[in-house]
Amino acid sequence: MTQEPVIIAKNLDLTFETNDGPVHALKDVNLTVNKGDFVSFIGPSGCGKTTLLRTIAALEHPTAGELSVNGMTPDEARQKRAYGYVFQAAGLYPWRTIRGNIKLPLEIMGYSKAEQAEHVDRVLDLVDLRGFGKKYPWQLSGGMQQRASIARALAFDAEILLMDEPFGALDEIVRDHLNEQLLELWERTNKTIAFVTHSIPEAVYLSTKIVVMSPRPGRISDVIESTLPRERPLDIRDTPEFLEIAHRVREGLRAGHAYDE
Amino acid sequence: MMNKSLFPILTVVAAIMVIWYGASVGMNSKWTYDQARRANVEVSFSELVADTWAQDRPVLPAPHQVVVELYKSVVLKKVTSKRSLVFHGWITLSATFLGFVFGTGMGILLAVGIVHNKAMDMGVMPWAIASQTIPILAIAPMIVVVMSTIGATDFLGKETATAIFGYQPAFMQGLLPKAVIAAYLSFFPVVVGMVKGLRSPDHMQLDLLKTYNASKQRTFWSLRLPSSTPYLFTSLKVGMAAALVGAIVSELSASPLRGLGARMLTGSYYGQTIQIWAALFAAAAMAATLVAIIGVIQRRTLRKMGMAQ
Repeated sequence: MTQEPVIIAKNLDLTFETNDGPVHALKDVNLTVNKGDFVSFIGPSGCGKTTLLRTIAALEHPTAGELSVNGMTPDEARQKRAYGYVFQAAGLYPWRTIRGNIKLPLEIMGYSKAEQAEHVDRVLDLVDLRGFGKKYPWQLSGGMQQRASIARALAFDAEILLMDEPFGALDEIVRDHLNEQLLELWERTNKTIAFVTHSIPEAVYLSTKIVVMSPRPGRISDVIESTLPRERPLDIRDTPEFLEIAHRVREGLRAGHAYDE
Repeated sequence: MMNKSLFPILTVVAAIMVIWYGASVGMNSKWTYDQARRANVEVSFSELVADTWAQDRPVLPAPHQVVVELYKSVVLKKVTSKRSLVFHGWITLSATFLGFVFGTGMGILLAVGIVHNKAMDMGVMPWAIASQTIPILAIAPMIVVVMSTIGATDFLGKETATAIFGYQPAFMQGLLPKAVIAAYLSFFPVVVGMVKGLRSPDHMQLDLLKTYNASKQRTFWSLRLPSSTPYLFTSLKVGMAAALVGAIVSELSASPLRGLGARMLTGSYYGQTIQIWAALFAAAAMAATLVAIIGVIQRRTLRKMGMAQ
């Protein structure tokens, strides 16, 4: 398989000016994400994992260094609608049906009515919400709402999917199920996924590449290429290989923390 | 459920009745005693009570006197009669409505400007607040006088109205100054509520639209406006009540003397306290009805939008 880089960060710095002085949210971040990768960002809160994702999405702007998304600047990529973004909360509009919510980006991007209907049908199938299109968000469980928000991010065929702790607010059983479905979806669509999490098992289970980050200043302390096969049943989490990767992630997190003490 | 809410309401009403009847005995007794002294007779307590509750020009009319007056002036009089509260109520209502529509429209436009334009945000709000610190009683006569001087008092104007209806409807005469004052009072709650409402979407929701590279206009129509609906309705309720107050206050200085405000004014000229109270109750009932109507629309709309609390 040829390695085609999609996201490239070189010596990326981001400093927020606050009333208490500058905060180094990101410092000297170097990273390459290839097409078809499933990259997880893991680390304690304040390590800049969400900031990094937001920078890729051009929702924040780096103070130094280079960042390219699909060979463009992040802003250009955003204007070209190169990525779909999934937030921590589903954030569906209560006044729109599930279909209406998924249609929202398509309406904004000027798809025709027929295209809208076709895209919505396809992504509803992808996230297994067939038959729920006419329901309103409050009629769905939290897990289903989050799936709808993933469908919304997929609707306009962006090659990149950026996910910021999308399952963080859900209970573990639902989370397992959604993780399984997400892998399946990734397999079928061959998207490049960048995924922020603070759960080690989630990161190891999902990713082809795990980026371990540490705080103050936010930086990358380890990048682990997963040796697990792409095909991953849930019980892969009990294999020695899985536990070994999880161990390395934990070590990386601990090393990052050693500075604090 | 119904019984539970009905009981406290009835208790409060009963308490008000007791206090009211008691107060009217106390406040009207002076007149009764004066009359008795002039006629050189003694009054027993029961005579005192009976008299204080049935005077022609009491200081404080008893509730049943107000109810009788309301019945006489609402039901028994022809609606075209100058003594009918329906006639006067309609005059006030038309001014309230027109002012409310103007005021709400202005309020929404200002709020949209304030939310989207930094200069307006800094510049308009202090003036809007300042405008509400001016006593309406002071500014209402000035508005009436100024608009009369420039001849802008009648809605449509006499010729146009006559051309359309064949005569000039009574409510159109002197409607404009009243509507302007009603609008002056009602735009403010709408501005405040809508600014808050249009700013109610959180960062995440705004960021989401940013990832779609949505325009400001798009963001307004798809997110800001629908999100502001609950705030809008709350403002409309306050604005409607304020518009009614504005209309009534302006009728105290407007000519011709028509409307509920004018009823109160003429009542006070001639010591017709019962008439004042009847007009007061008519105004209160009208305000309650208008606010209740908005409440019903609010509930239905928000339920339909999945935003019912």
